[in-house]
Amino acid sequence: MLTILFDGIAYGMLLFVLACGLAVTLGLMNFVNLAHGAFAMAGGYVTVVLMNRYGISFYWCLPAAFLLSGALGALLEVTLYRRLYSASHLDQVLFSIGLVFMAVAGVDYVMGGQQQLISLPSALSGRFSLMGVDIGRYRLFIIVLCAALTIALQTTLARTRIGSQLRAAVDDGRVARGLGINVSLIFILTFALGSGLAGLGGALGVELLGLDPNFPLKYLIYFMIVVTIGGTSSITGPFLAALLLGIADVAGKYYLPSLGAFIIYAVMIAFLILRPNGLFSREGGR
Amino acid sequence: MTPALETRALVKRFGGLVVTNDVSLSVAPGARHALIGPNGAGKTTIINLLTGALTPSSGRILIGGEDMTDATPFARVKKGMARTFQINQLFDDLTPLESMVLAVSERLGHGTRFWRPLASDRQAAAEAADILERFRLADVMCLPTRGLPYGKQRLLEIALAIALKPKVLLLDEPAAGVPEEDRHEVLTIVRDLPTDVTVVLIEHDMDLVFSFADRISVLAAGRLFAEGSVADISRNPDVKAIYLGDAA
Amino acid sequence: MSRLPRQALASAFLHRKARWKPLEFAFWITALGAAFAFPSQQLLLSEIAILALFALSLDLIVGYAGILSLGHAAFFGIGAYAAGLISLHAVAEPVTGLILSGAIAGLAGLATSFLVLRGSDLTKLMTTFGVSMLLAEAANQAAWLTGGADGLSGIVIDPIVGLFEFDLFGRTGYLYCLGVLFAAMFIARRIVNSPFGLSLKAIKRNSRRAAMLGISPNRRIVAIYTLSALYAGFSGALLTQTTSFVSPDVLAFHRSADVLLVLVLGGVGYLYGGVIGAVIFTVLRAWLSVVTPQYWMFWIGLILVALVLVGRDRISPARLLAGLRARTGRPASSPAQHQKEEA
Repeated sequence: MLTILFDGIAYGMLLFVLACGLAVTLGLMNFVNLAHGAFAMAGGYVTVVLMNRYGISFYWCLPAAFLLSGALGALLEVTLYRRLYSASHLDQVLFSIGLVFMAVAGVDYVMGGQQQLISLPSALSGRFSLMGVDIGRYRLFIIVLCAALTIALQTTLARTRIGSQLRAAVDDGRVARGLGINVSLIFILTFALGSGLAGLGGALGVELLGLDPNFPLKYLIYFMIVVTIGGTSSITGPFLAALLLGIADVAGKYYLPSLGAFIIYAVMIAFLILRPNGLFSREGGR
Repeated sequence: MTPALETRALVKRFGGLVVTNDVSLSVAPGARHALIGPNGAGKTTIINLLTGALTPSSGRILIGGEDMTDATPFARVKKGMARTFQINQLFDDLTPLESMVLAVSERLGHGTRFWRPLASDRQAAAEAADILERFRLADVMCLPTRGLPYGKQRLLEIALAIALKPKVLLLDEPAAGVPEEDRHEVLTIVRDLPTDVTVVLIEHDMDLVFSFADRISVLAAGRLFAEGSVADISRNPDVKAIYLGDAA
Repeated sequence: MSRLPRQALASAFLHRKARWKPLEFAFWITALGAAFAFPSQQLLLSEIAILALFALSLDLIVGYAGILSLGHAAFFGIGAYAAGLISLHAVAEPVTGLILSGAIAGLAGLATSFLVLRGSDLTKLMTTFGVSMLLAEAANQAAWLTGGADGLSGIVIDPIVGLFEFDLFGRTGYLYCLGVLFAAMFIARRIVNSPFGLSLKAIKRNSRRAAMLGISPNRRIVAIYTLSALYAGFSGALLTQTTSFVSPDVLAFHRSADVLLVLVLGGVGYLYGGVIGAVIFTVLRAWLSVVTPQYWMFWIGLILVALVLVGRDRISPARLLAGLRARTGRPASSPAQHQKEEA
């Protein structure tokens, strides 16, 4: 029972790191980026390649995954995404689905369609028992790391003015520019950070979630749920939503394996019925 | 006589900000009632409350003596309320004719007919053409709205409201943004609105207000500041002060 | 100009807008001719017709009701499974099966339509997506009914109304699909050109103004959403009946995404977009899967990205057709042209 809770928390934390970038682009920047999972996948494959081909330690792969995915995000922001901030949602959906398709097929071409495996450092593998609770070392590692990241993110947003600058830039780019805010830089940084975190999540998730070319499609719904249920007014919302989702999913798979993902979808739809506007109340749409 | 439109102690708060503060208005049938006030006085908010785009925090709204405070926007339209928008709200890629046929057939209750071709509804087409003629839009009625000159779009904006044969018409700055050379045309149309229609005019332009209205309410900071005939208001020193204060 | 001609002009203009155009006739005649001109391509042609119907159904909600759906495969899948189950357990006559399957999908549409009435684009996107994922999962789990991951096989389809047997080359199948597509298009055209259709356009273009014209949008959106689901159900049923097989793939996410691409390829909001898109898409896929068998998904993705970046409006067939029509000359003496000449 407690083990399930523990695993659920680890899973939820991981989901949060994966999805929080989407919370920003979708919630704050009002950009429907269905390709978010592709950045996570990029992080995953960076890790796999670095570890399995070049024998680089897992610990070094994590920052590498973060940086490379972030750089990829920044690159795409500058070259492509930026043009579509003011486009219709239909265009954004089409564009980002297109990116996902390209990523899925491209990775399939380069890496092959099989599941990718890595062997974790021995310090992280195995389980130990603590007060009767069976604890996986790797899951504990994820929880600690993700919690640290969350706290760091929260304090950065609270201490610095990046959060409010971003809001200003989204609400009225011209005014924000007039106030001396470098709007395009803010957008690049935000996007890169979100993608980087997704990449880090992807790297951490290779062991937990698995990794194959269909990753961005398979987990898209989970990311969307986190953002939908969590809302976007703070990062606490998505964080709690991710935790709940993680616990519910692990528990669901354990106790009701036949219903599987069914419950998750049902809960999401119910939520959307109850709070159709509240979740995205910042959205202007006519 | 029952007022055509009435508000009782209308209040609207956004968070801690009171944008409409205890406004009680009474507009007699057939009146030409102007609502004036400096920028930010809360004029458009009142329109939005009246039409149901916003829900009041407290107070009542009555149309033709009937409480419509909680009614949906379209129910209010069915009750005889129509409005124009300060910034044109048109169907850009429809033609004026189509927009007008739409408005007329909705009024006639034909809007849910899904099997009869539009063209077969001669009554709607005829009425639409009629109104377009009256609003000097007949020449452009088959062109996409988006390409029309602003003055024409402004006329269409008013014509769409008139097509509903409203009992109460809310005009939100009808002449706003209209180039000088087309202004006359718009003003003439406004002046020649059918006399049985009750008109509430929201306007900045004092010349227009004084030549058009028979009664004026002055709003300032969300409150009803003064109300009276054109002569009363034009003589009222406080009203002048508000406007001069606004200008300064 | 006096008053009467003005009204006559108005009626004439509305009439002309709704009239069947020469290009439409040409299209349907070509489509019919293809049944005899390409005897070896009948299966591909059926595929096109089915996809066209599916895209047409999506156009009704995306193009006319303004609802962004990322889960339209839900209704396609319901229709496909319903047709399979009906022919296995009840009637093997295809037209009956088709109508019943469509009706079931339509009911599902009606039941879920209230989910898309409120909220933003994003909420609608998520709900439609969620509903389709839910159904896909359900079909996967309910193996006793749907055959699970293996799908339904052994479906036998009787001759159409007991007369026309499905032949080996698929010509009957194609003509059947084409007939259904034509009927669906005929009805959709009729609806789109009615006052109801006009009010849908108005709600999509400017909901604030539409409300201020006294249009209460919800029931109309429910109606068109239901019709759209019905059509999607028809297309799913056609797939089952022409292939005698249903797999969980009918509910897959990529199907919802593909149909969106099909619609966008052809252009949103004028009914024929879905049909034109289906032709382009199917031919493209047939060609790409010969060139790069496994990775055609990549090229589809590239097309999507390019389409958006270049601007959908700029290269949409609708626009090209409109341009063509303008050049080949419209009926003279429309007020529109008077205006242009004056200007």
